[in-house]
Amino acid sequence: MVRLEKRAQPSQTFAYLTPLLAVLATFLFGGLLFAALGKDPVQSILTIFWEPLFGEFAFYYRPQLLIKGAPLVLIAIGLSLGFKAGIWNIGAEGQYIMGALFGAGFGLAFYPAESVLIFPGMMLAGAFGGWIWAMIPGILKVRFGTNEILVSLMLVYVAEQFLASMSLGLLKNPEGFGFPGSRNLQQYDSAHNAEIIAGTGMHWGVVAALIAVIFAYVLLARHRLGFAVRVTGEAPRAARFAGVNPGRLILFCLGTSGLLAGLAGLFEVAGPAGQVSIDFNVGYGFTAIIVAFLGRLHPIGIVLAGLLMALTYIGGDIAQSQLGLPAAAIQVFQGMLLFFLLALDLFTNYRLRVGRVEAA
Amino acid sequence: MDLGAINPILLIAALMSAATPILLAATGELVAERAGVLNLGVEGMMIVGAICGFAIAVETGSPLTGFVAAAAGGAVLSLLFALLTQVALANQVASGLALTLFGLGLSALLGQGYVGIKPPRMGDVSFGPLAEIPVLGPTLFSHDPIVYVGLLLVAGTWAVLRFTRAGLILRAVGENHDAAHALGYKVVRIRTLAIMFGGACAGLGGAYISLIRVPQWTEGMTAGVGWIALALVVFASWKPWRVLLGAYLFGGITQLQLNLQGAGVAIPVEYLAMSPYIITIVVLVILSADKSAAPASLGRTFHASN
Repeated sequence: MVRLEKRAQPSQTFAYLTPLLAVLATFLFGGLLFAALGKDPVQSILTIFWEPLFGEFAFYYRPQLLIKGAPLVLIAIGLSLGFKAGIWNIGAEGQYIMGALFGAGFGLAFYPAESVLIFPGMMLAGAFGGWIWAMIPGILKVRFGTNEILVSLMLVYVAEQFLASMSLGLLKNPEGFGFPGSRNLQQYDSAHNAEIIAGTGMHWGVVAALIAVIFAYVLLARHRLGFAVRVTGEAPRAARFAGVNPGRLILFCLGTSGLLAGLAGLFEVAGPAGQVSIDFNVGYGFTAIIVAFLGRLHPIGIVLAGLLMALTYIGGDIAQSQLGLPAAAIQVFQGMLLFFLLALDLFTNYRLRVGRVEAA
Repeated sequence: MDLGAINPILLIAALMSAATPILLAATGELVAERAGVLNLGVEGMMIVGAICGFAIAVETGSPLTGFVAAAAGGAVLSLLFALLTQVALANQVASGLALTLFGLGLSALLGQGYVGIKPPRMGDVSFGPLAEIPVLGPTLFSHDPIVYVGLLLVAGTWAVLRFTRAGLILRAVGENHDAAHALGYKVVRIRTLAIMFGGACAGLGGAYISLIRVPQWTEGMTAGVGWIALALVVFASWKPWRVLLGAYLFGGITQLQLNLQGAGVAIPVEYLAMSPYIITIVVLVILSADKSAAPASLGRTFHASN
C-alpha cells in the first residue's frame, strides 16, 4: 500500500523540480484539451511556446515578451511578499486599475503642456493610487480584523465600475467623437511611456520590474524586514516573540503590493494600452497570482514564471489567429498550470512510502 | 427621477429572486466551512454551474435538467479542489483561487457556442388560491421552484447540522480534525462530501443566474456573487438562518440599486452598481470583530501523521 510520510525538512530538490514538472504536466493535459477542441496538440503547443521565440516573426513577438512580462512580474513580486507572510492580497487587479486611473488622470490634467516632470509625476500618482487602494483592506484588517481576501477582491469590482465611470465621464476624450475612452497617451509626448530602446519592448515598466526584483531579493535575503516576512509566514507565534509587529507587517505587505500593482497599471495605460478605456485591463492582476506561485514566491523564480506566462499570452494570440484556438482555452491552460503546481507541491513536504504500515 | 415607479410589493418579490443565487452558494459554502474547509473557489464553481445548466437546458429544452446538470457540474469541479486540498494537502487559499481562475476559463470555453441564445423558461410554482392573497400572494407565492428549493435548503441544512448525528460529526471534523480522526471518523471522506455539497449548491446558484435572473449566457456573468457568498458566511457567523437573512439583505440592495437605475436617480449607474460590493465590505467590517463562531479547524490541512 502507498502512503504519505511527512518529510522532516522540505525537499530542496522537489522545491525546484515541481514548477518544471507542473509545466510538463500542463503541456500534456493542455495538449489533450487542444486535441479535444479538434486542434493538433503538438502544433498548438509549438505555436504557443515556440513560434513567439524562434518562429518566422519572432523579431516582432520577442519584444512583446517584455511588454507582457513586466506588469506580471511587477505585480507578482509585490504579491509574493504578502503570500510569504500569509497576507492574501488578491485584489491586485483593482489596484492595477486604480494606479492606471490616478496616473493617467494626473498626466491628462496637464494636457497639452509638455514637461519632463509630467511622467515622473504620473508614476508617483499611479503608485499612490495602487497603494491607497491596497491600504483599504490593510487598515481594515489591522484595525478591525476584517478578512483582507474578501475586501481586496470586492474592491476589484468597485475599481472596475470606477474605471467605467471615468472612461465614460471625467477622463473621456473631449475630441473623441463621443467614443468612450480617454485621450491617447501615446500621442502625448510628456506622458507617453515610450520604449527606451526602440524595437526591444523595453519601457520604463520593465526597468521598474527589474528594480523591484532586485529590491525584493535583497529584502528577503538580507534585510530584517524580509526576515519578519518569512518568519511570520512559517511560524506566526514565533514571529511575535521575535518582535515582529503584525499590524505594521500587514500594512507593509499590502501597501507594497498595491504600490507595485498601481505602477504596473500606470506603465500599461501610458504605454502599450495607450488610453484609459473600459477594458484596457486584461486580468494581469489575477494572472500575477499564478506567476507568484509558479515562481515559488522567489524573486528570480517570479521573473522566469512571468516570462513563461507572458509567452502563453503572446502564443495564445498567435494560436487564436492561426489555428482558431479560442482565447478561453489559454485561460484554462493557465489555470491548469496552477493546479498542477499546487498538487505536485505535495512531494516537497511529503514522501511516498510503499509498503505496510508499521505498528506504532 | 420617479421613485414612485418602485413598487414595494414587486421589490420584495424581486428581492427573493435576487437573493437566491447568493443564498444557494452561501449555504453550500457554509456546510464546507463547518467541516473545516475554506473553499475560495465558489465564484469558479458558480460560473461553471451557470454554463453547464445553461447548455444542458438549451440542449434538452428542460430547465429542470439544466439545474441538475449545474449541480453536477459544480460538484465535479469542486472534486478538483477536494483532490488538491484533501489528497495533495495543498494550501486551501491558493487552491480555491486556482479553482476560481480555472473555472472562469473553463466556463468561457464551454460557453462559446451559447452567446446570444435564450434558454427555455421555467414556470412558476402554482399555489392556486394562495397566489391570489393581496400582498402575500405576489411576494411569497409567485416564484419559480428554485426560490423554494433555496429556502428548503437553508431549513434542511439547519436541521441536519443541529439535530442529526451526521451534522454533529461534520461539525466535529470542522472544530477539531485530530480529535475527530482519533474517534475513527473519516476526516478526508467527510470533508470531500462537504466540498461536493458546496460545489453542487454553488452550481445551482450559478445556473439560477444564467437561466432565470438574466436569462442568457455571457462570460464572467456571476460578477463576484460567489465572493459575496463567501463574505456572507462570515457575516452569518456560520449559522444557516443568518445566511438567509444576509442573502435577503444583499438581494434587497442589489434589487434596489437596479430599480434606482431604472427610475433614473441622479446617481450615475456605475456608482449604484458599486453599492453591493461596498456594502459587503462595510458589513464585513462591522461583523469581523467577533471571530469566535468560526470553526476551529477552518482552513487547516489535515494529515493523519500530524
